[in-house]
Amino acid sequence: MLEAAELECERGARTLFRAVSFVLAPGELLRVAGANGSGKTSLLRILCGLSRPSAGEVRWNGEPIGSIREDYARELVYIGHAPAVKDDLTPRENLDISCRLAGRPANALALAEALERLRVPDLPVRKLSQGQRRRAALARLLVSQAPLWLLDEPFATLDVQGISLLNDLLEKQVDGGGAVVYTTHQETVARSTRVVDLGPGA
Amino acid sequence: MLAVARAVVRRDLLLALRRRSDVATALLFFVIVASLFPLGVGAEPNLLRSIAPGVIWVAALLSSMLSLGRLFAADHADGTLEQMLLGAAPLGVVVSAKSLAHWLVSGLPLVAIAPFIALQYDLAPGLYGVLALSLLLGTPVLSLIGAIGAALTLGLRGGGVLLALLVLPLYVPVLILGAGAVEMAGAGLGPEGQLLLLGALLVLAAAFSPWAIAAALRISME
Repeated sequence: MLEAAELECERGARTLFRAVSFVLAPGELLRVAGANGSGKTSLLRILCGLSRPSAGEVRWNGEPIGSIREDYARELVYIGHAPAVKDDLTPRENLDISCRLAGRPANALALAEALERLRVPDLPVRKLSQGQRRRAALARLLVSQAPLWLLDEPFATLDVQGISLLNDLLEKQVDGGGAVVYTTHQETVARSTRVVDLGPGA
Repeated sequence: MLAVARAVVRRDLLLALRRRSDVATALLFFVIVASLFPLGVGAEPNLLRSIAPGVIWVAALLSSMLSLGRLFAADHADGTLEQMLLGAAPLGVVVSAKSLAHWLVSGLPLVAIAPFIALQYDLAPGLYGVLALSLLLGTPVLSLIGAIGAALTLGLRGGGVLLALLVLPLYVPVLILGAGAVEMAGAGLGPEGQLLLLGALLVLAAAFSPWAIAAALRISME
């Protein structure tokens, strides 16, 4: 479904990576490995269409993602470094607006259940810890039906219980025919995954 | 698409409600700047009457600009802007909704406050309506043009000052037409020409600036 062809990324004058190619089929879990500064986040941003590769192309079901922007956006959940939750809103309001932006409004019950399962307290996000913020962001995975997840360091700041919960979520997603691309430094995922290694960095 | 726009407007209004002080600062700024002039130039009624439209309009420009920096910067910092770029609705729709929300909290209140400011200048009774109407037509243009500048300067060091340098010259036509409408009405010539031109500017800005804002945001977010 997702296809990366000969991707190359330049930041300033230096090349972060070149000739990165892979094909992601439904039910696959792909881990992007590499040292700090090797371009893991840049690769994920290219895959979701936030930045453009300096060479190469990303295709979704055979179509270049640049030409099917909104249709592609409906098919994916991207959770970046910043958790994308507003400090002044509660986790539930945050989750509600993310669902609406993604074009799939969820009912109140589904929102409450997702946050309950991730044990996010119903306080303004300002009062939550980093790990709880991360959980509030990850709640989007529970309410989304998107086939593709692009997760940048999803395990960061999570506790043991959070990590195992996220592992369950990832397994459920790939069992249901979805696909996941994620970056992590931890080798925590039980399921055997494919790895794209970006090397030691520039 | 409209559902997304509605959700974005509601979200931004809710955020403004939770951060009332930010909104109040810009409005108080408007009140204070506009009140400084009578203190500075003295209480000569004819002079005050003749500078009133220009001063109130300049204060409105500055106040509207004050809140522009926050339009995208906060969403950029916490990552919610990325989610808007990856939303199911075209980015142009989302930024139109954000500009509308910006106008509702920073432009519309000026329309309501301006007549009270004008009292200090002893503006002729018949001109209050024209002043309010010119602000009603002009301030949305300020929000739309300002949003282009805010998107272009997003994430830059010293972006605030750059934003002012970039946007203030573009505000000039609105200033001339807005203040001109009140002056024409004061001279008994009828403000219709200026008001119609302001209306035309608003239509133009509403039609074209969303795409400019969207393009600028995509460049800034690369």
